[in-house]
Amino acid sequence: MAQAEAVHHGEHEPTTTGLNHRKLLMWAFLGSDCMFFGTLIATYLVYKNKSLVGPFPFDVFDIPVTSVSTFVLLMSSMSMVMAYAWLVRGNMKGFRIWLASTAIMGTTFLAFQVFEFYEFVHAGLTPRTNLFGTTFFTLTGFHGAHVTLGVVWLLSILFHSFRKGGVTPEKNLDVDLAALYWHFVDIVWIVIFTVVYLFGVFEGFPNPPMSGPAPH
Amino acid sequence: MTLAIPRPVHPTGIWSWITTIDHKRIGILYGVTAFIMFFSGGLEALLIRTQLWAPEQTLVTPEIFNQLFTMHATTMIFLGVMPLSAAFFNFVIPLQIGARDVAFPRLNAFSYWTFLAGALILKLSWFTHSAPNGGWFGYSPLTGITYNAGHGIDVWILSLQVLGIASLAASFNFIVTIVNMRAPGMSLMRLPLFTWMTLITAILLVLAFPVITVALIELLFDRAFGMNFFNVAAGANAVLWQHLFWVFGHPEVYILILPAMGIVSEILPVFSRKPLFGYATVVLAGVVIAFMGWMVWSHHMFTVGLGPVANSVFTITTMLIAVPTGIKVFNWMGTMWGGSISLKTPMLFAIAFVSMFVIGGVSGVMHAVAASDAQQQDTYFIVAHIHYVLFGGAIFAVLAGVYFWFPKITGRMYDEKLGQIHFWLMFAGQNIAFFPMHFTGMNGMPRRIYTYYSGMGWDFWNLVSTAGAFLLLFGFLFFIYNMWKSWKSGEAAEADPWDGRTLEWSIPSPPPEYNFAEIPIVEDRDDWWEKKQRQREEAVAVPTGVPVVAGGSDDEEHDIHLPQPSYWPFFVSLGLFIAGMAMVYLMNVDEAGARTLNWTALTITVIGVVIGLVSVYRWSFEPVNDPEPDGAGGHGAAH
Repeated sequence: MAQAEAVHHGEHEPTTTGLNHRKLLMWAFLGSDCMFFGTLIATYLVYKNKSLVGPFPFDVFDIPVTSVSTFVLLMSSMSMVMAYAWLVRGNMKGFRIWLASTAIMGTTFLAFQVFEFYEFVHAGLTPRTNLFGTTFFTLTGFHGAHVTLGVVWLLSILFHSFRKGGVTPEKNLDVDLAALYWHFVDIVWIVIFTVVYLFGVFEGFPNPPMSGPAPH
Repeated sequence: MTLAIPRPVHPTGIWSWITTIDHKRIGILYGVTAFIMFFSGGLEALLIRTQLWAPEQTLVTPEIFNQLFTMHATTMIFLGVMPLSAAFFNFVIPLQIGARDVAFPRLNAFSYWTFLAGALILKLSWFTHSAPNGGWFGYSPLTGITYNAGHGIDVWILSLQVLGIASLAASFNFIVTIVNMRAPGMSLMRLPLFTWMTLITAILLVLAFPVITVALIELLFDRAFGMNFFNVAAGANAVLWQHLFWVFGHPEVYILILPAMGIVSEILPVFSRKPLFGYATVVLAGVVIAFMGWMVWSHHMFTVGLGPVANSVFTITTMLIAVPTGIKVFNWMGTMWGGSISLKTPMLFAIAFVSMFVIGGVSGVMHAVAASDAQQQDTYFIVAHIHYVLFGGAIFAVLAGVYFWFPKITGRMYDEKLGQIHFWLMFAGQNIAFFPMHFTGMNGMPRRIYTYYSGMGWDFWNLVSTAGAFLLLFGFLFFIYNMWKSWKSGEAAEADPWDGRTLEWSIPSPPPEYNFAEIPIVEDRDDWWEKKQRQREEAVAVPTGVPVVAGGSDDEEHDIHLPQPSYWPFFVSLGLFIAGMAMVYLMNVDEAGARTLNWTALTITVIGVVIGLVSVYRWSFEPVNDPEPDGAGGHGAAH
C-alpha cells in the first residue's frame, strides 16, 4: 500500500534529476508562457505612440489607482508564500486563511481591472478605437484571464482542503505549483505596469508623452 | 466528483484505444493518423500538379487552387511531418531511455486526441466549402476580413490553435520524460541521438509556439471583433504579421527537421556497424542549430524592404547556420566511412536523406544571400528547396524510421523487396518531381499561380514535375501494401533484428506493456551494443533480447505499477473539438463589415468548453492508479 500510494501521488518517485515531474512541467510551462506574454508585450511596444486617433495612454491612465491594484496583487504573492509556509508546518487553519486572502486579493485586483476597463470605455477607448486600445485591452485582458484562472485554482484548492486528506502537508506540491503560477502572473504584471502604465505617462521614459499622432 | 464513473477497463476494442495511455499505442495512433493526413495532403498536391501539367488547364478554379496549396502545406507541416515525428517520440523515446512510460501518460493521450481534433477541424473544411485559402503563412492584412471574408481563415486559425495546444502538451511531456526518466547511468552524453534531438525539438517548440498562438489570437480578434492589429488604415504595421509568423516559422522548420536528423543519426551507425562519428559534435550542432534558428527569421522577408543593415545581418546569420548543419553531414559521412555497410531499406532512405538534404541545403544557402534571394523569392526555386529539405529530407527520414522500427513496433518484419522497390520509386520520383522546379523557378515561374501561358519556357519541366509526382504516388502504393501485408502476416521479428545499439532492441518485439521487466543499468553510450560486444568477446551466447530476470519474472511483473487508462483526456479533447468547430462560426460579418453574433455557435462553444472543463476537473481528481483493491481503506488518500 505504501508503494501504491507513492505511485499514486507521484511525489516520491525517484527521478533522474531529483526534481519532481510536475514541478519540472510547471517550469517548462512558465518558460512557454513567458514567450506568450513576451509576444503580446512586443506587439504593444511596436504600436506604442503609433495610434492615429485618441484617447492615448496619457488621457486615460490613472497611475495612483493602478498603483493601488498593483500593490494589492504584489501583496497577494506574499500571502501566497504565507499560505504555503503554514501548510508545510501543518497548520491548516493558517493555511486556509492565507490562501483565502490570496484569492480575495486576486479578486480585488480583477475588480480594479473591470473598473478600469469600464472607465476607459466611458472615456471613449475601446479595443476597436485605435492601436493603443487594441493592444492594451488584449495584453491586460490576457493577464486578467491568467489571474482569473489563478483565482479559480486557489479556490479549488481551498474547497478541496475541506475534504479529508484533500490537502495535506505531505502533498504540499499541489499548493507549491499553484504558488509558482501565481508568482509568475504577478511578475508579468510588474512588467506590464512598468512598460504599459509608467512608460505610457511619465516624461523621459523611452518616448516623450503623447498628445497627438506620432510625429513621423 | 459526485457522479461515480468506474475506471475504464477495456483490454481490447475501440474503447481500449480511446482510453489508452500506453505510449506505444499512442505512438501507433499518431503514426496511422498522421499517414492518413499525409496522404490527404498528397492528394491535394497531385491535384495541384495535375492542374499545372500543361499550360492553361482548367481542372480546378483559381479559388480552389488557392485552397489546395494552403491546405497542402498546412496539412504536410502540421498534420504530416510534426505528428509523424511525434509518433516516433511516443513509441521510441521511453524505450530508448529505459522508462516504462512517459512522465504524464494521460497528458500524452490528451496530446494525441487534441491533435486529431485540430486535424479534423482543418480537414472537414473541405466538406463545408470553407477551406482556408491564405497560404500556410496566412499573411495579414491579406487574411483580414476586408480581403478574405467567409470562414476559411477562421478554420485555419482555430485548427492551428488546437494543434498548438496538442504540440505544447506533448513537448512539455517529452521534456520532462527525457530530463527526468532516464534509466540509472544514462547521463545526457549517453543519450541516443534521436532522444537528444527530440529534447531540443521539444524545447524549441515550447518557445516558438506561443508566438504563433499570439499572432493567431491577434488575427482572430481583428476578424471577429474589428480590432486593429493588422488594420493599416488605423496605422498598423503591414509587416508585423510577417515578423511574428516567421519568428515562429523559422524555429518551426527546425522542429520539422531535427527529429529527422535524430532518426538518421540512429540508423546510419546501426547499418554501418560503427558508432556515430563525433557524437558530441552532432549533439552540439543540434543545440547550435536550435539556438541560431531564432536569429534568421527575416531571411523570409528579404524582399519586404527592411533595409541593407537588416538584410546583411540576416544574410550572415543564415549562412552561418549552414556550419552546424554541415558538421552533421560530415559526421554522418564519417560514420559510414570504412563501415561495414548493409543497404537495407532503412539505410537506403537514411543515405538518401543525407544527399537530398545537402541539395536542399545548398539551394538554401543560395537564397540566404539577400541579393540572390531577390531573384528567387516566390518562385518555384523556393518550392524546389523546401521539397528537398522537407520531402527528400524529413519525409525520407520518417520513412527510414518506419522501416527501421517496424519490427519493434509490430513484432513482424516488413517485406525487404517491396521496401527496396518503394525506395527506388521514391528516390526517382523525388528528383523527377522536384529537381525541375529549380529550372522553372530560375526561368521566373512564380509560386502559387493556378495556371500559366505557353511560351514561357515552363511547359516541359512542369510536365516532368507532374510525372514525378505520380511516380511518388506509385511508390507509396508499394509502401501501403507492404505495411498492410507485413503487419498482418509478415515474418515474426526477433527482438534485435538489426543488431542494434540502443535499449529498445534489448526487449522483445513488440515490447510488453511494461517495456522493461527490469530497468536497465546504463554503463556506456550505445549501452546495448557494448553489452553485446562484451558478451561476444567473452564468447558467451548473445542475449536474445528476452529480459534477463533473476528469480522469476512473474513476481516482477506483478510489482510493476502501470498507470491505468482514463476517459478524461479524450473528453477534454472532445470539448476542445466542439468548441473549436463552433468558434469558427462565432461571428458573421456582412459585406458592409457589420458583425453579428451567431448565438447557435456561441451556445455550442459554451457546451464544448463545459465538457472540457468538467473533464479537466475529473482528470485532476482522478488518481494515476486506483488504490489496490486489496489495500486497506479502499477510498485511498487522494479522494
